Amino acid sequence: MTVTSAAPGRRVRTRHRPPDPGTGPEPAVLTVVQAAPAASVQDLGRPGMAHLGVPASGPADRRSFRLANRLAGNPEDTPALEVTLGGLAITLSTTRHVAVTGAPAPLTVDGVPVDGAPRLWLRAGSVLAIGRPWAGCRTYLAVSGGIEAERVLGSAARDSLTGLGPDPVRAGAEYGLGPVRPVPAIPLELAFSIVPHGGPATVRFRWGPRHELFDAADRHRLTTTPWRVSAQCDRVGARLTGPPLAIGSVDLPSEGTVRGAIQVPPSGEPIVFLADHPVTGGYPVIGVVTDADIDLVGQTLPGDELRLAPVH
Amino acid sequence: MTAADVTSVNVASANVTAANVTSGKTILRRAGDRGWLIECADRHPAEVATSIRAQPWASGLREVVPATTTVLVVAETAAGMGKLAAGLRTVLDGPGVHRTGPPPGRRIVIPVRYDGPDLPEVAERLGLAPEEVARRHGAGEYRVGFFGFAPGFAYLDGVPESLRLPRLSSPRPRVAAGVVAIAGNQTVVYPGGTPGGWHQIGVTTTQLWDVTAEPPNRLAVGDRVVFEAVTP
Repeated sequence: MTVTSAAPGRRVRTRHRPPDPGTGPEPAVLTVVQAAPAASVQDLGRPGMAHLGVPASGPADRRSFRLANRLAGNPEDTPALEVTLGGLAITLSTTRHVAVTGAPAPLTVDGVPVDGAPRLWLRAGSVLAIGRPWAGCRTYLAVSGGIEAERVLGSAARDSLTGLGPDPVRAGAEYGLGPVRPVPAIPLELAFSIVPHGGPATVRFRWGPRHELFDAADRHRLTTTPWRVSAQCDRVGARLTGPPLAIGSVDLPSEGTVRGAIQVPPSGEPIVFLADHPVTGGYPVIGVVTDADIDLVGQTLPGDELRLAPVH
Repeated sequence: MTAADVTSVNVASANVTAANVTSGKTILRRAGDRGWLIECADRHPAEVATSIRAQPWASGLREVVPATTTVLVVAETAAGMGKLAAGLRTVLDGPGVHRTGPPPGRRIVIPVRYDGPDLPEVAERLGLAPEEVARRHGAGEYRVGFFGFAPGFAYLDGVPESLRLPRLSSPRPRVAAGVVAIAGNQTVVYPGGTPGGWHQIGVTTTQLWDVTAEPPNRLAVGDRVVFEAVTP
């Protein structure tokens, strides 16, 4: 899971405009007060470019990301922030609705805890802080109107594998805000996210494309082992630990891979591919996590128990 | 696989297993809710990918990804994967395809200055003069097999037998855009910003990958590439 940095000179759009009362209202800006250890701008990524070596990228938990945008009144593909393990604080130059979804985390506005409503009315100049999640690992923050960030190959998604897209979110970074949008009147209690809650998470997968390279014992082990998510988990993939599969080294030419692919390197410990996975791989893929359940893997933390259940 | 999928596969009288569909020489392997991985057998994956993209139903595909011996096809939605399999088999095994075939790729000429840092060692290991390595590399016609490893990294097939070497034992951490390198039967023009374990024999000033351009790639799968030596 190599990470290459962005090309030199590519940076978050930063605004340092002196006050100029003669040119109308100040631009609407989101300012990062405190940076999270791992926060990035995301939209729905760059699908359709895998044949050029370009990963799709996008949010690790797409369902929660889309929900945040819908709550903020934005089209689902609008750039928003993905915050891994909390630690982010932001302020807006103008009063807006903001939506917070995904991993539930303690939220404060100007240091005062606010209860877990997924949508807040954040006043200009107030500081919204997202703490470490109680469950899951990735929290999404969308602002009504969306944030403006550099688009590379048509997308503002930061790809941690290739470095495409805007820089990681840093303290002091400023992002312009798009025009304010009306937020939908929906029952907020129905706006929930799905994250692991401490017990084992079961995710479904489909056998293939290379399950036939594995013997019956390996296939049985894959579906019966209480796998643990290892510390090697990021936006590229989540490595699982447990009794290793015995397949060893397989001579397989590189082939295209999909999000959710359960790839088995010679160590025998599977890796589940997430948003920034490489477009091709040379290790056999024994199965692929379903579209419905891959977002849940994107919310797992090191040490979480993961069970893999085949669907037919 | 849903009951509907199995039905449409059976109609096409193919052999259906839990996750594979076999018909003729072509094997389709299921790759997730929306994917089929095609084993290309004796056909070139670049040709297979081009044939698939030419189909009227290809607009329902999100990705068509050729690789060494396979093509991965990913649909926009999970509905109709059996129908997609039937369509793919028509393309792959249908009688018309082999006769007409996809149009040949474009021919692209890339000027190269053969003065790469690895050229002397490559020449020594091959028992050739550096000028002869350059001449043989420049005499070949290469084919864009597929992209992988990194954005814009195009594997070009067709390095002559006499120039084939395994990759470097220790890759370089960062290779600049435009570096021309060889490994095995493949050559590459590095897109920039990636590590690299291939033998660097030259450099081109032609920009083949530019994320600010539309499209970003100057080479496409199936194109034929010729290198033309230029003097430093």
